[in-house]
Amino acid sequence: MKRTPSGSEPLWRDEFAIQTGVERYVARRQFSKFLVLTSLGMFIGNLWILVRSWFAEKPSFMPQQIAAASDIGVGEVKLFSYPTREDPCIMIRTAADSFVAYSQKCTHLSCAVYFAKDHNRLECPCHEGYFSVETGSVLQGPPPRPLPRITLKRDGDNLIATGIEL
Amino acid sequence: MTRKSGLTAIDGAIALIAILLVVQMWLLTATLESYLAGHPEPILPAAIISAILFAACGGLFLFIRGIDVTARKR
Repeated sequence: MKRTPSGSEPLWRDEFAIQTGVERYVARRQFSKFLVLTSLGMFIGNLWILVRSWFAEKPSFMPQQIAAASDIGVGEVKLFSYPTREDPCIMIRTAADSFVAYSQKCTHLSCAVYFAKDHNRLECPCHEGYFSVETGSVLQGPPPRPLPRITLKRDGDNLIATGIEL
Repeated sequence: MTRKSGLTAIDGAIALIAILLVVQMWLLTATLESYLAGHPEPILPAAIISAILFAACGGLFLFIRGIDVTARKR
């Protein structure tokens, strides 16, 4: 097998240097090759996420009755699961005709948030992440995102969960 | 270009590649975090930026190879 650039030396001499000075070049070239291949891996990762997001199906949620409005007083909470039994949620009656519901999993590390009535906010006891009761947005602490909001519909006295807003 | 100055240039290029790689790693983790949180908006721009960073890394690698070939011919 002949060397490609000049054609005068065998190819193996490119990778197995005899002189120390040349060896430094070989080591750096191989290391840079490794770095560029890692960069290619990162790019493929981004591309994979893009393709996954293109072909991802939008989740559909079945309406589910969660409580009777008359069972919950103003400032009280009701815990329920939606859309599956593994998705704990918390509903708060903020006024006589105002209800809000959020996923109970903190967006930081999934600890269960609770309603702190004194401060009128949702609090995560693990790392002191606080969320607004009105919007679910982060008020303080390490959570990176607002709490997913459960959309509610009132049908007479029945409160029905209809979907999730991320 | 002397052999020593060639090595210095290669070291500089490797340092630049390493910096670009760190940015690309951050970009990938941030994109994944965003995707898993149900926010697909930044995914396309992130993929484009990642492609640009990869192209820059490739360009620097070609630069290193060019110096390498020149040094070998001496």
